[in-house]
Amino acid sequence: MSTQATARKTEVQQVDTVTIRFVGDSGDGMQLTGTEFTKASALAGNDLATFPDYPAEIRAPAGSLFGVSGYQLNFGSKKILTPGDAPDVLVAMNPAALKMNLPDLKAGGMLIVNSDAFTALNLEKAGYKSNPLEDPTVAENFRVHLVDMTKLTEAALEGSGLSSKEVGRCRNYFALGILYWMYSRPVEQQLQAIAKKFAKKPEFVEPNQKVFKAGYAYGETAEIFERYVVPPSKLRPGTYRNVTGNFATALGFATVARLTGRTVFLGSYPITPATEILHEMANMKEHGVVTYQAEDEIAGIGSAIGAAFGGALACTSTSGPGLALKTEMMGLAVITELPLVIVDVQRGGPSTGMPTKTEQADLLQAIFGRHGESPLPVLAAQSPADCFWSAMEAMRIAVKWMTPVILLTDGYLGNGSEPFRIPDVEELPKFEVKYQTGKNYANGTEFMPYLRDEKLVRPWAIPGTPGLEHRVGGLEKDSLTGMVSYDGLNHEKMVKTRAQKIRNVVEDVPDLEVFGASTGDLLLVSWGGTFGSVRAAAEVLQAQGKKVSHVHLRWINPLPKNLGAILKGFGKVLVPEVNDGQMAFYLRGKFPGVDPLQFNRINGKPIKIRDLVGKVLEVL
Amino acid sequence: MSTTNLQTAPTALPVYAKKDFESGVDPRWCPGCGDYSIINQVQKTLPAVGVKRENIVFVSGIGCSSRFPYYMNNYGMHTLHGRAPAFASGLKVSRPELQVWVMTGDGDALAIGGNHFIHVMRRNLDVKLVMFNNRIYGLTKGQVSPTSELHKKTKSTPQGSPDYPFNPPLLALGAGATFVARTIDVEGAHMGAMLKAAAGHKGSAFIEVYQNCPVFNDGAYTSLTDKAVRADRIIRMEEGKPLVFGKDGKKGLRFDARTMDLEIVTIGENGVTEQDLLVHDSTREDPTISFMLAGMAARPGFPTPIGVFRNVRKPTCEEMTWEMIEDTKKKRGGDLQKLLSGGDSWTIK
Ligand code: SF4
Repeated sequence: MSTQATARKTEVQQVDTVTIRFVGDSGDGMQLTGTEFTKASALAGNDLATFPDYPAEIRAPAGSLFGVSGYQLNFGSKKILTPGDAPDVLVAMNPAALKMNLPDLKAGGMLIVNSDAFTALNLEKAGYKSNPLEDPTVAENFRVHLVDMTKLTEAALEGSGLSSKEVGRCRNYFALGILYWMYSRPVEQQLQAIAKKFAKKPEFVEPNQKVFKAGYAYGETAEIFERYVVPPSKLRPGTYRNVTGNFATALGFATVARLTGRTVFLGSYPITPATEILHEMANMKEHGVVTYQAEDEIAGIGSAIGAAFGGALACTSTSGPGLALKTEMMGLAVITELPLVIVDVQRGGPSTGMPTKTEQADLLQAIFGRHGESPLPVLAAQSPADCFWSAMEAMRIAVKWMTPVILLTDGYLGNGSEPFRIPDVEELPKFEVKYQTGKNYANGTEFMPYLRDEKLVRPWAIPGTPGLEHRVGGLEKDSLTGMVSYDGLNHEKMVKTRAQKIRNVVEDVPDLEVFGASTGDLLLVSWGGTFGSVRAAAEVLQAQGKKVSHVHLRWINPLPKNLGAILKGFGKVLVPEVNDGQMAFYLRGKFPGVDPLQFNRINGKPIKIRDLVGKVLEVL
Repeated sequence: MSTTNLQTAPTALPVYAKKDFESGVDPRWCPGCGDYSIINQVQKTLPAVGVKRENIVFVSGIGCSSRFPYYMNNYGMHTLHGRAPAFASGLKVSRPELQVWVMTGDGDALAIGGNHFIHVMRRNLDVKLVMFNNRIYGLTKGQVSPTSELHKKTKSTPQGSPDYPFNPPLLALGAGATFVARTIDVEGAHMGAMLKAAAGHKGSAFIEVYQNCPVFNDGAYTSLTDKAVRADRIIRMEEGKPLVFGKDGKKGLRFDARTMDLEIVTIGENGVTEQDLLVHDSTREDPTISFMLAGMAARPGFPTPIGVFRNVRKPTCEEMTWEMIEDTKKKRGGDLQKLLSGGDSWTIK
């Protein structure tokens, strides 16, 4: 993606986008290196997107292939939609990391390697028969920089008194220093960041700063690296910060607490990759958030429904296997018509599947995965920062319509990051929550818990309200009194009413905007976390003069009102998804006669732009 | 943050009568079911516990016992099989001012809901859990439950059950419950006293009620409750009093320091006097003696205890949760704009 201005090597070259991937052992600190460089890029005003890729094992054996941890960052002066297909720069800290990632590096890309780690033992652990650094094709295809990072780090820390293990832990700052030099980042800023990071272990501040400076100086004096500058992007004016999707989700819920003045309750059970939502919200207590780490997934949602009955704005966070465990509870939330948001940060399934890898394969589970007739609204966030807005929107719908709502995100959105334009709290739309305070029937002499308003919404009467004592529960209720009812006709009426109520939610679903012409040869329809890749592919195709447009679905149920009409304007419809075709299946059922083509990737990674572009060119 | 928009000007506690707690829905338990006696005692007790009707919530799971909330004129939730403690926990944590009761059965609480049961006890949430123990599945028409006796023949165990039963108070004590009691459906006054004590306790409370199911397990407790044997088979634990039983109150429990065990002695025999007997104290921090007493129900030759095994005040989960919230508010203030902005932001003009 980089477009390099023609300049002499010794001069600083200007580029508009760069993709860097940091890879190493789980213990090499690559996530830290990646996030630190991301922060520096953000502070330099670049637009960006990141994608961490880490193993499921907490401490996989050192040097092993399955213990490789990676962090990819795409930053630039133009709008960045994805973490980038293929890296322009690969920083590899050991042979295993090189082996797993070299095939992705762009031809002609830059390879920076910690050559000290290429010992006989490490080569063997990575399954290399010979040292790849001595392979002439590597040097032919890439711009290779072999750096003795281990030795150089040791030299920088000679006499520091640190153990050799502690010295080893500083090595990632050497790599970071090199990149700071390469991309003309301010040194002082990182020195302060190190001081802040090790504030509680001050004995490590100086050594890490030393190693970082040594890396920077190495870049400067070794004269083997090109130097670049990536100008600031032209994002919409405002103040920005970098957020991951999981953090943004937590922020969204905390903001709901502030806007409504009500307690937001999160009942949750730890599960990868959703756990950070619990961590983050547990640390937002001062904002009106109550968190409760339940004994299991079922109790996570159960406690949330209990809190919702008590008037809290309740939510629960989980991933696919947890969503499966929560399904009976979702049925109860549907029949009791209590507001609740269920966040599913999707991962590779079924079963334990690939916990740290992303996937979109819970779609049909979210739409249909319950017993009985139990429709509920389903919303899918489209980018890490959009998780903030989606969390608020999901809660707003839950409360307004007295219904559980599923918010789908995924591992890529949850862990990936991008700049978030910080909203002004005072300018956020009002969000009022009202409970029933008086009797609503027979001239205010009786309370009917299932007496609905014109939108079919029932009142929310909470404990502590005198005179409105009533019982809710899993047994079917009389459509007015809320008494247990086994009457078949009443049941049919209730089933149809609940379904109609969810269809009515469409009034809050914005119409879709078509990216590109409203008619053409092919329409790309995406949903959830693939927004960036698909939009970027559409841009590429449109730039080539292809009659290709794009619509993106945030609302899955109900679908936007104008989707049917839009679909009719195109000869072909193609649905790219990180699953085996679930949205395509859903659309076939919703719009008989429309038979979308599919583009499916189920490899635990976001869709690559060039793969999708290739597919579209093939079917056009 | 508040959870209500109600004008909560403190109003005086109304004077309630039993009927104020009746929802008007007629209970649909089988004639002669022990559940009638339980609801009767609950409705009789509540007017005296000093809590407004609208601030009391009954939560239940699935089973005969779990229809209970529908018959009470309070807020109520009839939830899922075994899951009532989970709902109750979320409700109590978010609304600590409410009095929350869980009405459950032996299958509901100890089989499908076993996990939630031990955790609500462990956390010492101020939730009062009343378990109707009929030692059978009633609503599904007669299968063994986790409290059914070994070798019991039921529809699902035609040759007899190979499963050992739980001893529920032992389980509750093991899980860390701070109030543990047992009572019997046919002992109305005793049950009322247990309910009142549980209502007054701050923390997780567990009451096991021996409840007769005349349809599927009739007479499960007659070997204890028959007039002819009751005095010998049941020992009443009364606070501050020596643990005695038997028709003439001459038999008692003594702690034998050599065997580290309880033994049954008779006052007036072998030089035993009332001074030698164990005096009941449910407020001991250490639950060892409570364990011994609870374990007696399964020991041949020992009477079955009813009354309060343990009643200890400890900070509750919801008290500590809200303390942390208030502390954090004081320390950090709670400026949302600051949270949104974070430390590392940049501005684009
Ligand atoms: S089946 Fe047994 S426990 Fe259930 S209502 Fe009838 S008598 Fe009571």
